[in-house]
Amino acid sequence: MSQSNRLTGGLIDRSVSVNFSFNGKNMQGFQGDTLASALLANGQRLVGRSFKYHRPRGIFSAGSEEPNALVQLRKGAAQEPNTRATMAELFDGLEATSQNHRGSLERDFMALTDLFAPFLSAGFYYKTFMWPKAFWERVYEPIIRSSAGLGRLSMQPDPDVYDHGYMHCDLLIIGAGPAGLAAALAAGRSGAQVVVADEDFLPGGRLNAETYAVEDMAGADWAAQAWAELQAMDNVRCMTRTTVYGAYDHGIYGALERRTDHLAASEGRPRQVLWRVYSRRAVLSAGATERSIAFPMNDRPGVMLAGAVRTYVNRYGVAPGKRVAVFTNNDDGLRTAADLKAQGVEVTGIIDARKGESLATTWGRKGLTAVGTASGRSIEADCLAVSGGWSPNVHLTCHQRGRPDWREDIAAFVPGADLPPGMSVAGAANGAMTLAAALKEGHAAACAALGDLGLSPAAGDAPKAEDETFDIKAFWHAPGKGRAWVDLQNDVTAKDVKLARTEGYRSVELLKRYTTLGMATDQGKTSNMLGLAVLAEASGKSIPDTGTTIFRPPYSPVAMGAFAGRARGKDFRPNRLTPSHKWAEEQSATFVTTGNWLRAQWFAQAGEKGWRDSVDREVVQTRRSVGICDVTTLGKIDIQGRDAAEFLNRIYSNAFLKLPVGKVRYGLMLREDGICYDDGTTARFSENHFVMTTTTANAVLVFRRMEFARQCLWPDLDVHLISTTDAWAQFAVAGPNARALLGKVVDDLDLSNEGFPFMACAECTVCGGTPGRLFRISFSGELAFEVAVPARYGDAMIRALMQAGEEFGAIPYGTEALGVMRIEKGHAAGNELNGQTTAANLGLGMMVSKKKDSIGSKLSEREEMNRDDGLRLVGLHPVDRNDMLNAGAHFVELDDHHPDMFSDQGYMTSVAWSPELSHSIGLGFVKRGKDRIGDIVRAYDPVRGKDTKVEIVSAHHIDPEGVRQRG
Amino acid sequence: MIINHPLLGPRDAAEFVYLGDASLMDRPDGMTASDEEMHDYMYLRDNPAGEHRELWYHEQGDRSWLVVTRNTLTHEITMVELARDVARSRGRSK
Repeated sequence: MSQSNRLTGGLIDRSVSVNFSFNGKNMQGFQGDTLASALLANGQRLVGRSFKYHRPRGIFSAGSEEPNALVQLRKGAAQEPNTRATMAELFDGLEATSQNHRGSLERDFMALTDLFAPFLSAGFYYKTFMWPKAFWERVYEPIIRSSAGLGRLSMQPDPDVYDHGYMHCDLLIIGAGPAGLAAALAAGRSGAQVVVADEDFLPGGRLNAETYAVEDMAGADWAAQAWAELQAMDNVRCMTRTTVYGAYDHGIYGALERRTDHLAASEGRPRQVLWRVYSRRAVLSAGATERSIAFPMNDRPGVMLAGAVRTYVNRYGVAPGKRVAVFTNNDDGLRTAADLKAQGVEVTGIIDARKGESLATTWGRKGLTAVGTASGRSIEADCLAVSGGWSPNVHLTCHQRGRPDWREDIAAFVPGADLPPGMSVAGAANGAMTLAAALKEGHAAACAALGDLGLSPAAGDAPKAEDETFDIKAFWHAPGKGRAWVDLQNDVTAKDVKLARTEGYRSVELLKRYTTLGMATDQGKTSNMLGLAVLAEASGKSIPDTGTTIFRPPYSPVAMGAFAGRARGKDFRPNRLTPSHKWAEEQSATFVTTGNWLRAQWFAQAGEKGWRDSVDREVVQTRRSVGICDVTTLGKIDIQGRDAAEFLNRIYSNAFLKLPVGKVRYGLMLREDGICYDDGTTARFSENHFVMTTTTANAVLVFRRMEFARQCLWPDLDVHLISTTDAWAQFAVAGPNARALLGKVVDDLDLSNEGFPFMACAECTVCGGTPGRLFRISFSGELAFEVAVPARYGDAMIRALMQAGEEFGAIPYGTEALGVMRIEKGHAAGNELNGQTTAANLGLGMMVSKKKDSIGSKLSEREEMNRDDGLRLVGLHPVDRNDMLNAGAHFVELDDHHPDMFSDQGYMTSVAWSPELSHSIGLGFVKRGKDRIGDIVRAYDPVRGKDTKVEIVSAHHIDPEGVRQRG
Repeated sequence: MIINHPLLGPRDAAEFVYLGDASLMDRPDGMTASDEEMHDYMYLRDNPAGEHRELWYHEQGDRSWLVVTRNTLTHEITMVELARDVARSRGRSK
C-alpha cells in the first residue's frame, strides 16, 4: 500500500519523502502533508473509534474542526493523546497510533457497546446508574472510569518547555485566508503595526483548497505572493501555526503558537508559545466551517465534508476515495464533483437536496461501500462528500457576551452587532461566502480600522477575483431508519436530541449538557448547528427562535503546559532567599518554604538522628549561651514624615504618639471589623522616622493596607512609606551571652542594661564602620538583640557574628527552634492571630486604646467580642508528662460524656516539646481561661483518636516576669 | 483588562490588586460614628450591574491606589483617578 490514493498536483513537496508509521505500520508521505492527508494517500480510511459506541470512524474534515481522527502522537514522555490528525504536520519518523479501543483498531472489543446503543440514549448515566446505591462507588464508578477518556497520558512529566510572550499592535488580523490577506496587505502597506496569525502552517485558507483565481493567478499562488510581501514588511509580524483562541477585555487576545510540533524533537526550544496580544483594533477573518447533514448511518469511515474532499484533492493531491458520491444542499457539492473529475477521480453520484433528493442509509462497517438514496437507489462509493452549508466562525465574536444573528439566505449564524470592542469581522466569518466579497470585506475592514486609529490607508483597491456561485437551501436532517449522527465526537444522534427535548430539555443550553452535544474537544464545530436545527425541527420552531449556545474560549484546545509556561516545578513561583542563605547551605541547613521565602528550619549536626535532636539542641544552647537566627523575612516598613507618629497611632490599636526616640514598642493591628490582623514592633529613630516590622506572612498585605490608609483615608497626613524588607539583613542574637557577643561586633555603643535597656533601638555601625541598626527586642524571652545591616552585608554579617560567637559556643537556630522558644515564652504568632481572634482573646484587650480612633477600634468594642466568658490565651501542660499534645484538639470538661460544639471550651493552637521543661507544652484558647489557671480539662481530639488530660497554666511557660529579657 | 493609569498610562490589570467598592474610602471617624454607621461602612456595599466605582492598587508599579470606574457587565473602563484626589474631593484630609 504505497500512496495508492496519491494524485498529481497539490501544494506538497514531492521531492521530500517523509516516513511515518500508523499503528506500527510504516507509510510514506511528502513534505507539506498532514498526518490525515498522508493516511488518506495510503488508503487508511479507518483511523479511530468513537467515544461512546466505539464505532469505526475515519477522517471527516481537513482542519481544526476534526471530530473523528483523534490520534496519539510520539512515544515516551512526549506522547500526546487526542491530537487531530488533520492538524498534525507530517515529519520524518512520526509515530502515530489510534486510540480508544481495546484490542486492535480493526477488532475493538469495546465495539460491543454499540449493540447496547438502544439502552445508552441521552442521559443514560442519569437514568441507569441510580440504584442500588451500594453500586455507585464499587461498581459503576470503576466501570465508567475505565471506559472514559480517549487517549492515554504518558504519566511522565512533560519533557517540553513552553513560553509566554507579549505583543502589541495596531491591528491584529485573525486568519490569513483571502479576507485576512486582503486586510493584512491594506494595513501593512499603510505602515501600521500589524500582526497576522493563522492556525495553518500554510497561509491562504480556502485559497489553498479551491481552484479559484485572484488577480489573474491561481489563488494559492496569490496567497503565497501576498504572504511573501507581508513577510518583507518590518511593520508586519506574520505568524503561521498560531491559533488566536480567545478574545479578552480591552483588545487583548490569546494566541497559541506551535513552534516545534511539526519537528521530530523540540531539542530544548520552546514547544509552544502562549501569546498575549494587545491590539488597538482586530479583524476577525477566521473563515467558516462546513457542516454535515444528519442522515441515517452518516458516520462511516469515508463520509467526509465536501470542502475537506476538495482540500485533499487540490491542496494535498490525494483522493479520499476512488469512487466518490456527493450529497449536498448547496453549490459546493457540484464544485466538489468538478474538482474530483478534473483530477480523474470517479464521481458515482450527486444527491442534491435542493432537488428533493436525499440519502436513507449507507453500507460498509469499517469503511463506506455504498450509499442508499431515499428513492431506493443504491450508489457504490468508498467516499461520500457531504455539504450541509457553512457556518461562519463567529466564536471569537461571542467571547464578550455577543450573540450571533441568523441569516436565512445563507442558512447560518453571522456575528451579531454586539462585537467585542475594537473588533470587526470580514469574509466568510462575516457571512460573505464568496471570494470577491471576502477580499473586498477584508480590505474594507482594515481600511476602516486604520481610519479609527487616525492612520491613513495606502492607496489601492481590494484584490480582484470573480464571485463564485453560492446557492443554498437549508437541509439538516434526512428522515429514515437508523441512527443519524449529529455530534460525531460525542456520539450524539438526532434521536438523542429529540428524546432530550421530549424529556423537557428544551433550552439548547440544557440540551447540550444533557446530551453532551458539542461538548467534546472539538466543541461542536461541525455539530452544534446541526443539533440546533434538529431541535428546532422537533420543537416546530425556527432556528433563531430556538437560540444558539454561546462560545467560550478557547477556540481550540490549548495544552495546560502552555498556560503554565515556565512557572512549573521549582520555578512555579519566585524563591526569595535570605541574605544568610548561602552560609546556611554551607551549614547543611534544612530549609522550609514560608510564603516565597526559603528559611533555615534547623541546622542538623553530625550524630543527630532526627529534626527534634537538632531543634532541642538549638533551643538549649540559645537559652544556655547564645543563638543566632536570620529574621530578615519579617516585613520592614520605613515610615517618615511630620505626621508619621499620628499615622502609626491610627494604624496600631495601641498608643504610639508618645513613643520616645530610641525606643521600640510592640504594636497590634486590627482589621476594621475588630479582629486581630498583625503584630510586630516599631522603632522610633528620630522624631519623624520610624521603622516597623510585620510578620513574614503579612508583610505585603500590611504595606498595601497602610498605603490605602495613607492615600484613601487620610490623604493629607504628611507620611511616606517604603518597604525595606529586602534592603536590610536582620539577625536575632539571643541568649545570656548575646550582649557579650554583640559587644565584639557593634562599634562604640554602650550595650549595658543602663546604656541600652530592653526595647531600646539605635542606629550604629558594626565591624568597624558598616552601617547598622540595633534593636533590643526578644521573641525568645532571652536577653536578645536584633542587628540589621544593609542586605549586601548580610552574608558577611552572619559570618562575623558566628566568628565572634565562637568563644561562647554560639549556634545558628532555625524557624523550628524559633517557634519552640516563642511557645515556651507564650508569644502569639500566626496560629493565634488566626483571623478569628480579638485582642481580648489574646489577653491584649487592654492594649486597644479607647482614647483614639484607630483601624478596627470602634468595631472591636462590640459586645460579643468582649464577653467575660470569652476565649482567653493560656498555656497547657499534659497531666501525664509523657503525653504529647496536638494542635487542633478541643478542650472539654473532664465529666463531659458527649462533647459537642455547645460544650466546647476552646482549642489548642500551638504545641511544642519544651527542652526547658522536658515535656510537651501547648498554647490555646480556653473560655474564661484566665480564671481557670490550675484547672484540669481534656484535650479532646477525635480526628487523631486522642483524649489527653491537660492542666491550664499561664501562657508564659518560662520566665513569666520577663527577668531574662530585661537582664 | 487594561487600566489607564493617570500617571503611567495604560497598564495591564495583572499589575494591580483589586480591593472593592470605592465607598471603602468613606470611613467614618471611629470616635464620633455611631455603631450603625461603622457597621454599614464595614459590611454594606452595593453590587451594581453596570457602572461601578472601585479601588485598585498598583502593587507591581508605583503603589498608587486608583479609583476605577468600570462597567461590571462589559468591563469597559470609563474613568481612572488617583484615589488620593478622589479622597480629597470627598472632603477627606488628615
